[in-house]
Amino acid sequence: MILAIASGKGGTGKTTVAVNAARVLDSEVLLLDCDVEEPNAHLFLPEGVNKVDAVSIPVPEVDESLCDGCGECGSFCEYHAIVSFGTLPLVFPEMCHGCGGCTMVCPPKAIREVDRRIGVIETVRTGNITLIQGRLDVGVAMAPPLIRAVKARLRDGSPAILDAPPGTSCPVIATLRDVDFVVLVTEPTPFGLHDLKLAVETVRELGIPFGVVINRVGVGDDRVHAYCREEGIPILLEIPDDRRIAEAYSRGELIVEALPEYRDLFRGFIEKTMQGKMNKRV
Amino acid sequence: MKIAFSTSGEDLGAPLDTRFGRAPKFLVYDLDTDTFMVIDNLKTMDSAQGAGIQSAQTVARSGAKAVVTGNCGPKAFRVLSAAGIRIFNTGAPTVQEALELYRAGGLTEADAANVEGHWS
Repeated sequence: MILAIASGKGGTGKTTVAVNAARVLDSEVLLLDCDVEEPNAHLFLPEGVNKVDAVSIPVPEVDESLCDGCGECGSFCEYHAIVSFGTLPLVFPEMCHGCGGCTMVCPPKAIREVDRRIGVIETVRTGNITLIQGRLDVGVAMAPPLIRAVKARLRDGSPAILDAPPGTSCPVIATLRDVDFVVLVTEPTPFGLHDLKLAVETVRELGIPFGVVINRVGVGDDRVHAYCREEGIPILLEIPDDRRIAEAYSRGELIVEALPEYRDLFRGFIEKTMQGKMNKRV
Repeated sequence: MKIAFSTSGEDLGAPLDTRFGRAPKFLVYDLDTDTFMVIDNLKTMDSAQGAGIQSAQTVARSGAKAVVTGNCGPKAFRVLSAAGIRIFNTGAPTVQEALELYRAGGLTEADAANVEGHWS
């Protein structure tokens, strides 16, 4: 069972839900932090990073002695990472998605691929959790290839929880693709509802079953609850607006350890969700 | 010789657009015939990334040998330079005034991008 924790709005509690749920599982679990622009799951786990692996994508390099300036590479590239108009091509590695298309369409085979580092994958082992997190290098704007590299660490049959980036753009799609179930974390506020609707549209488009977690219940209003009811979306967990939770969070502590009375709440949520009991299209 | 001006309008009285990469249109003026044509750039303006590169390609294809615009970022500058197109930045409010400044030799050629990408 591969479960992704996503949201429309940022700061609703994706990581809080992901790390606490991972901790109360009885089994070994892979926790993948796919928010590679700002990975933060490790802040709630005591052990330091055990292992760091660099991740690169292939970008084009032109052999000037072979290039005849035909411009095929430039007309092929959707991302304008290689540009040519009767001259030697200009390469913009920071725009390149690493598809390799330019090397294939080049008639004189003047283009070869060289590695460009985009970030690292860090591994942390702690108790039942193996945390694998991507960390994009500063100045790199190409999150999806690193997210795919993080997801390549998934193991067949092993349960996994993916902490997704916020929003509904390419990095989120790269995270959600091929997961079994999506948990959308929101808060009962107008912003929370607005962005939840965008996230629901996205997940429905991807055809993945999903449910909602409402965090900080007690603030805002009841429109998120009403929306879920109208749309037939299951509410999997409600976390109350408890000041002690915010205090534990600010100290980098897990709710289920600092406030043991919440253990059963998280355990009930994650066991039910991981068993796929909520696994119907909504 | 042809000069490309970034603009939001259709004629010489139109405002000179301060952006090169995401300019809505280019007015390409032919100094030899004193005529001009307008190229629509809306598709590039709305692209997610690489607007400066695409605009530079559009201008290169138009046959222009100079660009007069408000600001030009690093990627556009690289492509324009590779295509042998000279770049002039100006705060002139309209295409007409920018053209007059160019004719009077009142514009200085840029030797580098004057803004970072995504500046506006």
